[in-house]
Amino acid sequence: MFQLQSASASYKDEPVLTDISLQIPAGQKLALIGHSGSGKSTLLRLLYEQRPQHIALVPQDYGLVSRLSVFHNVYMGQLGRHPLWYNLLNLLKPLAKPVQQVGAILDTLQLGDKIFEPVSQLSGGQQQRTAIARAMMQAGDILFADEPVSSLDEQQSKLVMEILCQRFSTVVLAMHDIDLALAYCDRIIGLDHGRITLDAAVTSLNRNNLLELYGE
Amino acid sequence: MNNPAIYHRSAHWKISWLFVGIAILCLPFADLTINTYDPMAELGRLFSGLLQPSIAAIEKPFEALLQTISFALLGVSAGSVCGFFLALIFRFRLVRVSCALIRAVHELFWALIFLQIFGLHPLTGLLALGLPYAATFAKVYAEILEVGERRAYDTIRHSAGISSAFFYARIPDLWQHFVTYTSYRMECGLRSSAVLGFVGLPTLGYYLSTAFLEGQYAEVWALLIMFYLLIAGLRYWLHPKLLPFYLLAAPFIIANDSTITFDNIVRFFTQDIVPAPLRNGEGSAALWHWFSELLMQQALPGIVNTLVLTQLALVVTGVIALLWFPLISGLFFGRFGRSTGHFFLVVMRSTPEYILAFILLTLWGPSMLPAVVALALHNGAIIAHLIGRYSEALPLRIDASRGINRYAYEVVPRVYSQFLAYLFYRWEIILRETAILGILGIATLGFYIDSAIQDIRLDRAMLLIAITALLNVAVDSLSRVIRSRFRLSMSPQQTR
Repeated sequence: MFQLQSASASYKDEPVLTDISLQIPAGQKLALIGHSGSGKSTLLRLLYEQRPQHIALVPQDYGLVSRLSVFHNVYMGQLGRHPLWYNLLNLLKPLAKPVQQVGAILDTLQLGDKIFEPVSQLSGGQQQRTAIARAMMQAGDILFADEPVSSLDEQQSKLVMEILCQRFSTVVLAMHDIDLALAYCDRIIGLDHGRITLDAAVTSLNRNNLLELYGE
Repeated sequence: MNNPAIYHRSAHWKISWLFVGIAILCLPFADLTINTYDPMAELGRLFSGLLQPSIAAIEKPFEALLQTISFALLGVSAGSVCGFFLALIFRFRLVRVSCALIRAVHELFWALIFLQIFGLHPLTGLLALGLPYAATFAKVYAEILEVGERRAYDTIRHSAGISSAFFYARIPDLWQHFVTYTSYRMECGLRSSAVLGFVGLPTLGYYLSTAFLEGQYAEVWALLIMFYLLIAGLRYWLHPKLLPFYLLAAPFIIANDSTITFDNIVRFFTQDIVPAPLRNGEGSAALWHWFSELLMQQALPGIVNTLVLTQLALVVTGVIALLWFPLISGLFFGRFGRSTGHFFLVVMRSTPEYILAFILLTLWGPSMLPAVVALALHNGAIIAHLIGRYSEALPLRIDASRGINRYAYEVVPRVYSQFLAYLFYRWEIILRETAILGILGIATLGFYIDSAIQDIRLDRAMLLIAITALLNVAVDSLSRVIRSRFRLSMSPQQTR
């Protein structure tokens, strides 16, 4: 579904990724792990550009519009699927059907009571779940997420990972929580200074070795 | 789902609709008709003038431009020097209040006053520009001084003495801010100077109105195009190193052979502006009668019309700004589209609203319509320019929607508070402009002021000007209350 052949990338003449080759088949749940600055986000972006139309994305900085309500931010996930007049009407006055759809998603993320709060009033964790809800609102079954649970506590992280892995069949996550990666993904790629230093199925991996190499 | 949450409108939404509602309530009181017989034909003739440029049309415009530049340079320079010294003593309440009152009176009204005192002597134009500009410079310079870093200054103040410390520890840090703001005001000064021609000074407005009324549209276009070039090329010809040369030459350009008579000045202060009943010794009852009659028959209708026009123009300005800002934003248009947008906005905001109103009024006849359109086009273009630039810096996610969806969901919500801040900031400016558009024949306060001056009833004119200034101060403080209540802020350098 995705593939890179000796790909490289640089930022301001500094190499960020060197000689990356990988293939991701449909239905795989893949975690990219590594220290910050190891090139996870850049690799995620490189893969994203291969089929941007079909991917639901959770960027690291969430990309929320803080003046709008949680409802409107989540609804943005399906702007492309409705006629313009419908979108504009819904912006002026939340329509019943989208409110119900958005509400259902927010309920699973334990955010249902915040549906009409402006995003600017939310805590970091609540904002992160809003960005996740927007991705879930999008069509398609491929998810790309950059540190999707970095602001959540342990219980919520597990809940969110479970929901995401259920909702999307192909998942590519950049993350640094090795325990979560081991629990929910089936393949792990380790990055260090822009090179792939590990690429293995989860079943063949040892937690302690991983922690030593890539833990933060 | 059983969700008890209710959707609440944001405060910005409510305040916006409040102002739209006020504007709608104003509509029945506004005369928005087109009075001329065939406005389209006249418009056609105006634009056909654009296609027939004539060499002969260049001669007069050149002289007009020289005069316009000279008045602007001298007026703004004098204003900035005086403003700087006032800024140093701006902490005194008396200075602050006087500056606020001087600012509240438009350059054109100052020109009308000084015309009575000095006639067509160049001093009239210099003071009409320099005085209100000094008051504005004082305020903005004081704000710049206030926010600047002062630790270095406090460290060396005692050993170096206040003035040396000031020039060593404060000026170098703030110099760029002063220069940026002053050069921005230079552009405003050129517009103001051009408009002063409408009351008789020999600047662009004078030639423009003559050419227009004579139907010399080729000359009108020559004047306007040269004026745009002048403003667009400001940073090329107004080089700091050339400034002393310009300043030396300017007094010779604006000099004329009219003289100031001392008697005139004395008469102005001791007779002309003294209320007629007092001058004739008719007692306090007559004075009260004079005052109440002026208030009821001129000031009140003038205030109502001024406010009606201001509120309409404010809302239309907002709508235009929201519609136009995407024209120059990289979020919506490519390089070519943006250049076209920039060109359009530059033309719209370089044309002083007074000139726009004058042109539209000639085409459509006297009503509030040309005034609303002129104010909204000019101010809308200014705000659209600022918002468009601001929107370029917005961080959009890479999968953000496009087109109108992007506009409505991603961009407008993010720029809206900035937009409201600029709009409320311009509220007071629009009011001041509304008042002077009365000189063109729309029944705002300026209409009554101009009529009183034509009738040589300067006592009435002065009182009406004072009322206009107070109205302006009131709207300014209301706007400040709204801006702080809704936490609408912007840096002082970006606007004015």
